[in-house]
Amino acid sequence: MLIHDGPGLTDVQLTLGQKIWNINWMLVLLISATAAVGFAMLYSVAGGSMDPWVKRQMTRFGMGLILMFLVALVDVRFWMRYAYGIYAIALALLIAVEFIGSVGMGAQRWVDLGFFQLQPSEVMKIAMVLALSRYFHGLSLDEVERFRWLMPPLLMMLAPVALVLRQPDLGTALLIVMGSGAIFLMAGVRMWLFGVVFAAVGAAAPFAWSYLHTYQKARILTFLNPERDPLGAGYHILQSKIALGSGGLAGRGYMQGTQSYLNFLPEKQTDFIFTSLAEEFGLTGALVLLSLYVVIIIYGIAIALRSRNHFGRLVAMGITVTFFLYVFINIAMVTGLVPVVGVPLPLISYGGTAMMTILIGFGLLISVYVHRDVRIPRRPGDSV
Amino acid sequence: MLQLARSRYKSFTRRAAIVGGVQAVLMTVLAGRLYYLQVIRADDYRTMADDNRISMRLLPPKRGRILDRQATELANNQQNFRIMFVPEHAKDGIAETLDALSSLVEIDEYDRRRIEREIRRNRKFMPVTVLENLSWEEFSRVNVHLPDLPGIQPDVGESRSYPLGTAFAHLVGYVGVVAEKELTGEPLLELPGFRIGKSGVEKARESVLRGTAGNSQIEVNALGRVIKQLNRVDGDPGEDVVLTIDAELQMMVMDRLGNESASVVVMDVHTGDVISMVSTPGFDPNSFNLGINHADWKELLDDPRKPLINKPLRGQYPPGSTFKMIVALAALESGAVTEDFQTFCSGKLKYGNHTFHCWKKHGHGLQDMVSAIEHSCDVYFYEIARKTGINRIAAMAERFGLGDITGIGVGGERSGLVPTKEWKLATIGEPWQGGETLNVGIGQGHVLTTPLQLAMMTAQLANGGKRVRPRLMYSLDAEKETDGKTADKEPAVPEQNQSLGLSEHALSIVLEGMRRVTNSPTGTAFRARIKDPAMAMSGKSGTAQVRRISKYERDTRVLKNKERAWRERDHALFVAFAPVETPRYAISVVVEHGGGGSSVAGPIARDILEATQKRDPARTPPMGVAAVRNQDKGKG
Repeated sequence: MLIHDGPGLTDVQLTLGQKIWNINWMLVLLISATAAVGFAMLYSVAGGSMDPWVKRQMTRFGMGLILMFLVALVDVRFWMRYAYGIYAIALALLIAVEFIGSVGMGAQRWVDLGFFQLQPSEVMKIAMVLALSRYFHGLSLDEVERFRWLMPPLLMMLAPVALVLRQPDLGTALLIVMGSGAIFLMAGVRMWLFGVVFAAVGAAAPFAWSYLHTYQKARILTFLNPERDPLGAGYHILQSKIALGSGGLAGRGYMQGTQSYLNFLPEKQTDFIFTSLAEEFGLTGALVLLSLYVVIIIYGIAIALRSRNHFGRLVAMGITVTFFLYVFINIAMVTGLVPVVGVPLPLISYGGTAMMTILIGFGLLISVYVHRDVRIPRRPGDSV
Repeated sequence: MLQLARSRYKSFTRRAAIVGGVQAVLMTVLAGRLYYLQVIRADDYRTMADDNRISMRLLPPKRGRILDRQATELANNQQNFRIMFVPEHAKDGIAETLDALSSLVEIDEYDRRRIEREIRRNRKFMPVTVLENLSWEEFSRVNVHLPDLPGIQPDVGESRSYPLGTAFAHLVGYVGVVAEKELTGEPLLELPGFRIGKSGVEKARESVLRGTAGNSQIEVNALGRVIKQLNRVDGDPGEDVVLTIDAELQMMVMDRLGNESASVVVMDVHTGDVISMVSTPGFDPNSFNLGINHADWKELLDDPRKPLINKPLRGQYPPGSTFKMIVALAALESGAVTEDFQTFCSGKLKYGNHTFHCWKKHGHGLQDMVSAIEHSCDVYFYEIARKTGINRIAAMAERFGLGDITGIGVGGERSGLVPTKEWKLATIGEPWQGGETLNVGIGQGHVLTTPLQLAMMTAQLANGGKRVRPRLMYSLDAEKETDGKTADKEPAVPEQNQSLGLSEHALSIVLEGMRRVTNSPTGTAFRARIKDPAMAMSGKSGTAQVRRISKYERDTRVLKNKERAWRERDHALFVAFAPVETPRYAISVVVEHGGGGSSVAGPIARDILEATQKRDPARTPPMGVAAVRNQDKGKG
């Protein structure tokens, strides 16, 4: 039974030097390059100024990068041991936001910790990946295929989703559901079950419709027919498409975008920043950015495949898929492929919370890579 | 176990391939979508981008009005039909569009050059004012042809108007377009046609009157026509400013002065409220606002009567005999002479090598303090000035606020001059001569005062020797703080009404002299008295020489004022207050080259003080303040 292929051992302990050596520096470089594109765009939409966005974004990125390294250097087994604890804290914060959260932008999403404005739904995105990965790490393939073993993770997923929907934050709820779904899929849940869920969601949609807020309904209707109200709810998406399209192949040139100049997109520095990029740098620039994202995602998948422990694989895949979803939903949104749901473009959009979530996620991804040869028994006490 | 772990890893790898594949497909979809938008439909969207432009427009705030104490509008805003031009939208070319426009309304050569200059100076999307103050017919003619005039925008703006015109030209001032050196980077100032205060109250209270700009986001089509207003943020209108002036009295004073080059200041002796302040000749401030032509401007500049100068604040004149009260007080207070001091006036006084003449050639005979003021005897004042000394006279003048600006708050005020020994040594570099003190004793020589200072001096004599500084504007903010409870009381100025520390006895001697000037049959201005005893006034005339009378002329015959050229004639001055027993109003009148103080300035002072007392504006609460306060309540 004790056959080892390779050096991986359950009690492997890496020195700090080894850990730093093990960090995937190429990935760090890619992340930084993407963030740099973000700085350049924020500079442009501010009309050629470091204020009000670039300076603060740089500070946040710097702080996020430090946090990322700290997370990366912590042993992946630590993250596994405390996965449920972190999840419990995140859930408690989500419940707390119901009672003491402050209302920002018409939605109750923030909790004030005195020194820091915390957004528990962001914490939950990471906590969910950790908790589900730990759960599925402990299941054999046989067990995964049995329905009763799927009840606990389903509940683990639905409880926070219900809370996030109450806030209401449809975008985050969808991200959590889809990110979790990816982990279910990676864990080996049988494919036909996903078909059943899709069918069920389709059937429930008309009922769900009545629970949506007016602005959410408007956004979906607008998505289905953007010309419905070109100067009302469809205004943003239409202007976004006009700006994108007018960028053409080569773009209008850096700092030459009409958007930032004429100020018609209220969220040009956050959700709609891709529009400015595509307008100024054209299809060429947009595809370059897309390629950067693709390479980062490929790195993520490679890290997942390379890991010798199942927890690490699932975490890496969960983080990668979440990152992918951010990118896809944001770009699909500004190009009019999906309704406007308010998802930022990772590493580029202005905003501290999303930046922290993404970088902590990358920290976990790198931690998985740094500890790629660590083997973790399926259940405590089992041999590997 | 290993078997199981391996099968789990295999399943994971398989699923990872599926997830990776789905991601690849979705990324391809995004790339395809971008290709569709940015390459296949690029031309369509490029056209739409050019057609639909959102532009931000600044909304200039409504300028605050300027009101008199009765809430009469001295400056307000009138509708102004304008034609604007946005160079960016001129599809047919800038010159062509302007040519087409000039076939509808007249654009003269001067305007044409100005427009072209402004187009060059401004950013292409900033509208430039082509024409202003159009008639309704012209305006609608342009409107009808609008589709053929891309880039031209009709606009109804507001322009400043001064309903009472000339009488307030100096005081209220006027607005004008922003000069290049006045730009501060505030976008509002770059707005074409925006006007700011250039003089008077308009300039002094610019920050209060201006308000803050709002903006509107509008969507415009390729012709520059507004399709829809998307968002609008209203600015704050400027606040009204209420003056202490009584407009009707001001108009009356203006009328009374006629063609003279003169100043009149009427002041409340207790509060310092400036009831009227007139400078003649005036000019029409509206013509400045609408754009004055070169010839008219040159005429104003070259006029020897200096219509552009605000004389009450900026005119500096020797006070002449109106200064004698200060000399008398300085002499009595310093103990240089007692009230019993008498001197004999033979018509002249020898001092060193010089002979100093009295205005009355053959002299006044024996004079005491009261009769010397009554008769304005120069010899008596030479004598007491010599005994008192220049520096003690200067100290008394400064106690009354002469030689320094009054702080009325409107720009350009001059300080006048109270000479001292030290002053002369420092500025001229020569020691003080004793004879100069004698000259100062009759308000000649180096001493200079503004008409405003003279009114202030008289007010302080009349109110029993209490410090008073002129006030032109009601401070509405101070009233708001007290929540309108002191609504009907005039707000107190802190340093106001402090005693100047004069002895009551000395003051009463001087005031008795002033009473006799206009009320004793032998007084110099008895003919200018107010006959109604309830309104009677005390005063003092002054005649300021503007040329030296030569020995030859004095020996033969001193030319009468009427015989001299206008520029050579004496300035006529008169200060007065009324009523005699319970003074309320003080006045100073200065008529440049007017001739004799008692014969020319005295009757003017009498007529105005009489009219002032009949209207008695100081006894009624300032309606202007109440009106503005009510308006604010309405807003809240």
